[in-house]
Amino acid sequence: MTDATTDTNGMALAADGTPLKKRLGQALFRSKMRALGLATPLLLLIFFCFLVPIIIFLIRGVHNDTFEVHMPAVSVELAQWDTTSEPTEAMYAALAADLVLAKETKTIGKVASRVNRELSGTRSLFTKSARKAKKLEAPYKDALIGVSKKWADIEVWKALKVSAKSWTPAYLASAVDLKYNADGSFERKSEERRIHLQLFVRTLEISVIVTVMGLLLGYPVAFLLSTLPARTSNLLLILVLLPFWTSLLVRTTAWIAMLQSQGVLNDLFVIFGLATDEDRFSLIYNKTGTLIAMTHILLPFMILPLYSVMKTIPPTYVRAAKSMGATDWTAFWRVYFPQSIPGIGAGGILVFILAISFYITPALVGGEDGTMISNFIDFHMRKSLNWSLAAAMGGVLLTIVLFLYYIYDKVVGIDNMKLG
Amino acid sequence: MIKSLLLGAAAGAIVASSAMAAEITVVSWGGAYTKSQIEAYHKPWMAKTGNKVISEDYSGGLAEVKSQVEAGNVTWDLIDVELSDAIRGCDEGLLETIDPSILPAGADGTAAMDDFISGSITECAIPTIVWSTIFAYDTSKIADGPTTIGDFFDTSKFPGKRGMRKGPKSNLEMALAADGVAAADIYDVLGTPEGVDRAFAKLDTIKADTVWWEAGAQPPQLLADGEVAMTTAYNGRIFNAVAAEDKPFGIVWDSQVFDLDLWVIPKGAPNKEAAMDFVAFSTATEQLAAQASYISYGPARKSSSSLVGSYHTKPDLAMGPQMPTAPENFATAIQNDFEFWADNQDELNERFNAWLAQ
Repeated sequence: MTDATTDTNGMALAADGTPLKKRLGQALFRSKMRALGLATPLLLLIFFCFLVPIIIFLIRGVHNDTFEVHMPAVSVELAQWDTTSEPTEAMYAALAADLVLAKETKTIGKVASRVNRELSGTRSLFTKSARKAKKLEAPYKDALIGVSKKWADIEVWKALKVSAKSWTPAYLASAVDLKYNADGSFERKSEERRIHLQLFVRTLEISVIVTVMGLLLGYPVAFLLSTLPARTSNLLLILVLLPFWTSLLVRTTAWIAMLQSQGVLNDLFVIFGLATDEDRFSLIYNKTGTLIAMTHILLPFMILPLYSVMKTIPPTYVRAAKSMGATDWTAFWRVYFPQSIPGIGAGGILVFILAISFYITPALVGGEDGTMISNFIDFHMRKSLNWSLAAAMGGVLLTIVLFLYYIYDKVVGIDNMKLG
Repeated sequence: MIKSLLLGAAAGAIVASSAMAAEITVVSWGGAYTKSQIEAYHKPWMAKTGNKVISEDYSGGLAEVKSQVEAGNVTWDLIDVELSDAIRGCDEGLLETIDPSILPAGADGTAAMDDFISGSITECAIPTIVWSTIFAYDTSKIADGPTTIGDFFDTSKFPGKRGMRKGPKSNLEMALAADGVAAADIYDVLGTPEGVDRAFAKLDTIKADTVWWEAGAQPPQLLADGEVAMTTAYNGRIFNAVAAEDKPFGIVWDSQVFDLDLWVIPKGAPNKEAAMDFVAFSTATEQLAAQASYISYGPARKSSSSLVGSYHTKPDLAMGPQMPTAPENFATAIQNDFEFWADNQDELNERFNAWLAQ
């Protein structure tokens, strides 16, 4: 140490006389800051482009203030209403005033859409009444009922009450096939309208099957890749990666050409007499199609982690086991397999999580019984414009994934996962 | 300093661009339909005004408009929408109002308001065409073809798969018509819970044999591939397959469900003025009639009917009888009730989706 001396207390000092410990701390702090500085763009990107939008969107699933903002007066009245007594004149008067306001600001359509989601058929009630609202005079109760008898229906007012609540569990309830009532209770939706629970179950089922199929198909391939000499295995690896580099859409449409009833596979079945020309197999536009296409598309995500883990397992262990008298099976099962578990964990969780939110492939080849929950989230985003319900369904899906991840961590342990 | 420079440059760019020709983005449904609009509207308008039209495709619905308007980043100037979306978008404040006084009178002198199909000009939308959902079959495969909507639902008389649009709209109407409900009573029946049950029960009879399509280009493809024996489709798509690709398809007009397509301008469209001018130009009598020589959708102006000629590449293929509004096709036609669907689409979509997933 040429540039360090000691002070009177025996503390090490730097060249400029500050204690060495402090200098070291400063230097470490600086380097940490520099590292953080380098990571800052990424952290900001993740925060603003990933976390913030997700949080904002999830909030949409429990918060919709369309009604309260555009119909302020009647919202106040509704908050005090007990949902069972006859609606009062004050409520009708507030409604009439709000209808005039909403008509002027051209927000009546938004309000009407919101209430129509609670009670079908109320959309035209709102737009019609708003058109006439300006001419209405007290007593408003009779005037509004004069416009449409529906205003006398207490069910309509209950729908208004539900809509007027900005923070509402209604969408989350709807995402799991429950109906949120005006008095705060929940009930199951009528049978012909239940759909989401069934879809969540199917989504999990498809994801599990795809993961297991991927494992059964991918494990031998990865094993072969890791044991073959480098030249052959590189060639094989390219065969695994080639589809991986091809567009998802192209691979999916290729499966359509393969599997459709006039497709390659069915033609072969007919040629070999496994099917008749009139009665071809339905291999696509159903769950079978989704399973086949998804397994193929996600296979590289299983093979690559498996391969990279298997590559690190020394072959000497298996040889040692065999030299001590283990059969091929025992040597594999007791010695080799346990060492490949981190790869199975990594590949499994990767494939499962990708599968659970798969969307394009089921949309193209899923037909009716092969569609997944993400297709319905898409439906409510793009077609029905019910973004709050889409957000609630997304929230439920996220919760399921996080829960499964937690279980995985408890049972297998997330540290026990290796990507390479 | 830099900021003010940038602002200055931006202002300069705006001045420069407004002095130059405008460039509007017109969004429509793609395929043969967009092509007919390009030929009949875009090209003549560009030649006349020196402005430029950028054509984009979409698959219907208000989702993109809603996100553009709500994000304050509107990139579309003009959109071709269905009537129910035009009404809904207008109610929700997503669309600009269009003053019908900009529309020229018909070629025969009829005032614009009387020339368009009655009640079709709405606050925010100007109609262009009448289109229809029909069902079609391959005449080379079914010799003695179907003639009524009942045949579509009769898989014992006409075996084979059926294609239908994945959604309740027009399917429920056709199901009720096949079940014996008269065209005029369809929406009265469908307005009751029993009527909805009845329609779904009819759909149940062919559910196992049905292939569901989503984009308008799919049904002609399904027919051509032999994936289905019959399919519902937009009449113009089937016509195009017959006229342009010589496919042996036949259209059954019984219980067709017809609707309008209209121009709308999203609120805050970047080139609103030019878009308005395009609307006025493209919905003139001659342009609407010209479009009808490319695709078999009926012009929304009455004065255009007499000008409708023959298919643009086949002088002996008269377009008149191909239109949904031709008298021989129109006898049992059902007009899509936008108000019914605006009121009930959430519930019926939900029910339809649940029914599909069962």
